Amino acid sequence: MQTNVAAHDHDHHHDSAGNKLFGFWVYLMSDCVLFATLFATYAVLESGSIAGPTGKDIFELPFVFVETMLLLFSSITFGFGMIAMKRKDVAGLKRWLKVTFLLGAGFIGMEVYEFHHLIVEGYGPQESAFLSAFFTLVGTHGLHVTFGLIWLAVGYHQLSTKGLNDNMSMRFQCLSLFWHFLDIVWICVFTIVYLLGVM
Amino acid sequence: MEQHLDTGASDYVKGFIVSLILTVIPFYCVWAQVLPDTATYAVLFGCAIVQIFVHFKYFLHMEVKTSEGQWNVVSLMFTAIVVLILIAGSIWIIYNMNVNMKL
Repeated sequence: MQTNVAAHDHDHHHDSAGNKLFGFWVYLMSDCVLFATLFATYAVLESGSIAGPTGKDIFELPFVFVETMLLLFSSITFGFGMIAMKRKDVAGLKRWLKVTFLLGAGFIGMEVYEFHHLIVEGYGPQESAFLSAFFTLVGTHGLHVTFGLIWLAVGYHQLSTKGLNDNMSMRFQCLSLFWHFLDIVWICVFTIVYLLGVM
Repeated sequence: MEQHLDTGASDYVKGFIVSLILTVIPFYCVWAQVLPDTATYAVLFGCAIVQIFVHFKYFLHMEVKTSEGQWNVVSLMFTAIVVLILIAGSIWIIYNMNVNMKL
């Protein structure tokens, strides 16, 4: 009887964990639609640069390539962290989280530098429809990554105080989905915005 | 169990290497201008689409075998349809507006 109850509890717990993960997945899908509206806006306004610069004038491919690499590397380091978590290897998880945070912070640092550089040059978001759409789309992605970094830092801190329990494990699984999802959005950004922009 | 955990790591490495290749190719094509424009467009979109699938499979571990995995795939497909209508529809409408309202 007792084992039955325990088994039932376990099942119930497993179900609710699966539901949480699926719920977070549905949030990501709605986020997809948000990004789709921004991509659609960018696509229709991309040619609206009037007297201002076009993508060819302001985008620097090597710079974007390094940004892309940082994000791709952070994806695999987060993956290694998740594998360490499955092994209950808290030290390993923390190490990979640290590496992931540094890579993500490097990405955000480069993006802030790029935006700052453009605005100082006089190519701010108020200059043309193209630049407004560009700053909105790329900025929204950057904002997502920034919130991912905050979440990562909070998770890291909680790992130190609470240890690795089921609750924490769930949070890291959701964050992992979020992080990989942002990398997928970035594939669309560097292809549609940067690569098509300089062609 | 150990085996399963190990395949986890090799999955990530596999996905990472393929993604790396699929990132370098389009950057190189645009940077070096080795192909005519139409071919470059094809390479760009081809690599991006393949890389998105690679990420879904190796990083997000999407699967169709379990019922939980199927729900993820169904919701993703629905989202993909919405995204497609949204983007293609916007471009179509605004293109026609631009063409017909040129002064």
